Amino acid sequence: MALPLYLHELQQEIESYAREFGLDFFDIIFEVLPYQAINMIAAYGGFPTRYPHWRFGMEYEQLSKTHTYGLGKIYEMVINNDPCYAYLQEGNSLVDQKIVMAHVHAHCDFFKNNVWFKDTNRKMMNEMANHATRIRRYMTRHGVDRVEGFIDTCLSLENLIDLHAPMIRRRPAQRPPARGENAGSNQRRGREVPRLPVQRRYLDPYINPAEFIEKQKQKLAEQRRQARRFPAQPERDVLLCLMEHAPLNRWQRDVLGIIREEAYYFAPQGQTKIMNEGWASYWHSTICTQRALDDSEIIDFADHHSGTMGTQPGRVNPYKLGIELYRYIEDKYNRGRFGKDYEECQDLDKKRRWDKKLGLGREKIFEVRRLHNDVTFVDEFLDEEFALQQKLFGYRFNKSTGNWEIDTRAFKEIKKRLLFSLTNFGQPLIEVVDMNHANRGELLLVHRHEGVDLKLDWARSTMEALYRLWSRPVMVRTIVGEKHTLLRYDGQDHTAETVSAADGLGDPPAEDENDDQD
Amino acid sequence: MAQKIDSDHSRFRQIVRGKIKDNLRRFITKGEILGKKGKDVVAIPLPQIQIPRFQYGHKDTGGVGQGEGEVGTVLQPGDVEGEAGQAGSDPSEHVLEVEVTIEELAQILGEELELPRIEPRGKHRLESEKTRYTGIHRVGPESLRHFKRTFKAALKRQIASGLYDPNNPVVIPIREDRRYRSWKVSWLPESNAAIIYMMDVSGSMGDEQKELVRIESFWLDTWLQSQYQGLEVRYITHDAAAREVDRHTFFHTRESGGTMISSAYQLCAEIIANDYGSGEWNIYPFHFSDGDNWSSDDTKTCIELLRTKILPASNQFGYGQVESPYGSGQFIKDLREAFGDQEEKLVLSEIADHEAIVQSIRDFLGKGR
Repeated sequence: MALPLYLHELQQEIESYAREFGLDFFDIIFEVLPYQAINMIAAYGGFPTRYPHWRFGMEYEQLSKTHTYGLGKIYEMVINNDPCYAYLQEGNSLVDQKIVMAHVHAHCDFFKNNVWFKDTNRKMMNEMANHATRIRRYMTRHGVDRVEGFIDTCLSLENLIDLHAPMIRRRPAQRPPARGENAGSNQRRGREVPRLPVQRRYLDPYINPAEFIEKQKQKLAEQRRQARRFPAQPERDVLLCLMEHAPLNRWQRDVLGIIREEAYYFAPQGQTKIMNEGWASYWHSTICTQRALDDSEIIDFADHHSGTMGTQPGRVNPYKLGIELYRYIEDKYNRGRFGKDYEECQDLDKKRRWDKKLGLGREKIFEVRRLHNDVTFVDEFLDEEFALQQKLFGYRFNKSTGNWEIDTRAFKEIKKRLLFSLTNFGQPLIEVVDMNHANRGELLLVHRHEGVDLKLDWARSTMEALYRLWSRPVMVRTIVGEKHTLLRYDGQDHTAETVSAADGLGDPPAEDENDDQD
Repeated sequence: MAQKIDSDHSRFRQIVRGKIKDNLRRFITKGEILGKKGKDVVAIPLPQIQIPRFQYGHKDTGGVGQGEGEVGTVLQPGDVEGEAGQAGSDPSEHVLEVEVTIEELAQILGEELELPRIEPRGKHRLESEKTRYTGIHRVGPESLRHFKRTFKAALKRQIASGLYDPNNPVVIPIREDRRYRSWKVSWLPESNAAIIYMMDVSGSMGDEQKELVRIESFWLDTWLQSQYQGLEVRYITHDAAAREVDRHTFFHTRESGGTMISSAYQLCAEIIANDYGSGEWNIYPFHFSDGDNWSSDDTKTCIELLRTKILPASNQFGYGQVESPYGSGQFIKDLREAFGDQEEKLVLSEIADHEAIVQSIRDFLGKGR
């Protein structure tokens, strides 16, 4: 539904304030929708054109229930796209709409300028529609159940992507050795260390010194070992590996590609939740209180704003943490509370009243919003003073009392936990180490254990999904209860075997045996 | 409004149904969903509907929160992230629960166990009158005047005739503007049913036996509820004497007396005669015991009561005998001997353990009475 006139005028007004403050955004297309439609779009992750799948229906049911019981309301949704799409709830009051519009402009500014969004597809609305068309076509051709089942399988692996991949070119596209083919056999040429030609025999030790030759030999051996290994380096983009090397039909490969592409599209939003919501909240608050509101609206604004900022003891509210951290940074740079002088100052009172009147705050937070993601944002700016100010604490489950309890107020511990929960979305890091394990075409993954075990029953189900794609036995090396363990699924049974910490599971097949044969 | 999501939503419901169907036997034998019954809906835990991923298990690392409190302050379980109010040893476990209506559950039960629909007793159809306010009339009693519509009509008339002045927006309805609610009467055939549960609570019935009865009664309720518009449920416990109790007491009392089954049958016959005697009711007495009765004289009285009073008035009488280490299991044999296969309305079923519940439900409900 197009924007009614009064909202259109309001939007122009808010937009001019946003530009005045220096926000820089794509064109924004606003739509006003009834709550059912908002719930629907939210269930589709913001894209009304998305492909059909039952999990969106599940999501929709939950959202509708939440709405019906009055436990939650979606005021707006913004889509990272050029032009940006923003959906407003029909039932919002005028003050709500003002806040929400200001909020949306800041989100859009963030999408456009934050470096982590640099490589996201800005025509995703169209792309999603194309994905849907393709998936529908596959459904007609191969049957709904089959395609849907395959999508379920892919979704199990959705989180196995390389978050940093869009920024780094890790390798040129690789061609795999065919199954069973020994990756090392065509490496014969590289076996001898090339020597420089020598005219007189006695010069040889000087022209080709022994230690140099030895070093080169080792280097070559290492190269050969790597070439045998496949992939040569551990690979975090498991989905890509599967796309390139798993025995799939063309449509299956395409569906897997679609799931992967969408996962990459949504990844930066997960990586910048605190920053993005904090930024939007900072600006809706600034724009509303300094420009857009009239006196009669301030109470309603405060009510709405405090609702958004509300915290519960057991969780971190990204809106709250984000806005406070931006304000903290702004204040710090306004007053020049950084650098050597400040750090080394021992006088607490002086420190508290420190003010060099630099006024660099605004500039700094604009820079922060461009360069950081949640992990680096928290890592760099959340300091002890801030933790104290915000009354952050750590909690854990106390087995002896059966309660969740606050267990620490120590800054280091709190920060460690917060960073842990943000790193890789708080999900385990899993890499492909060998796609031709034991020269039998088996797939070996390694879980980079960070102190927390995998949820085993889910890990097993996920391995079944991997097996469905790879169609050869699948292994995951992890740690279970402080023991190095190799989980294996061969299409029939799951086994778990305790292995030693360094038994070279990632190593290629032994060299000598193969040499003798060829 | 038809929405694009509707097809995905119905697909989801279809999958939920399928999962429930696949696991129905487990639900029945384990009695997992009994505690989750609301008025019209049942919450069923279906972890296997979630899409599995590589994920961290038990979060030993704890989390970060914000607010007041010293070290050692207890947090409300509901406040803690990723956890649905259940403080357990494995806090990260969050099992997805889906809600299905009782009708839907009964439908699934019916399909899975191939239960025939019950044809209500034909001779006495209760016709009930239902009044629904569905329309608007120009005439009617003042008490039913539709205020809003009346003013709307008046406004329309005033605008049409040029009498409306936006600067002085006074709307005055006249006689012709008045609108009244009108109603329709519809007649609905109605059939009512009553279930009378009787259970032996003497010393030989242990907790496990009662658990079997509880699970079985849940499914009997569910099915019969789906078959009748109105369903009343009564509970009778008995040892040497019978008394009518409420649901909670029914499943939780424990007596240590002897067993006189006839006392319960006597009370049951009285309840039928007093409350459901009009012949308009579909009556389903169920009796559960471990088959131990005080004396063979008493058993004779029971058979007599069944034959003359209870069976003629009921659609079906179900006797379920749960196995107990103390009971002799004699009663079912006596009934079998007395009635043989002659009496269609009498259904006998032996429930040895949890696994046997499914078959027993089928015994009781499989005849379509």
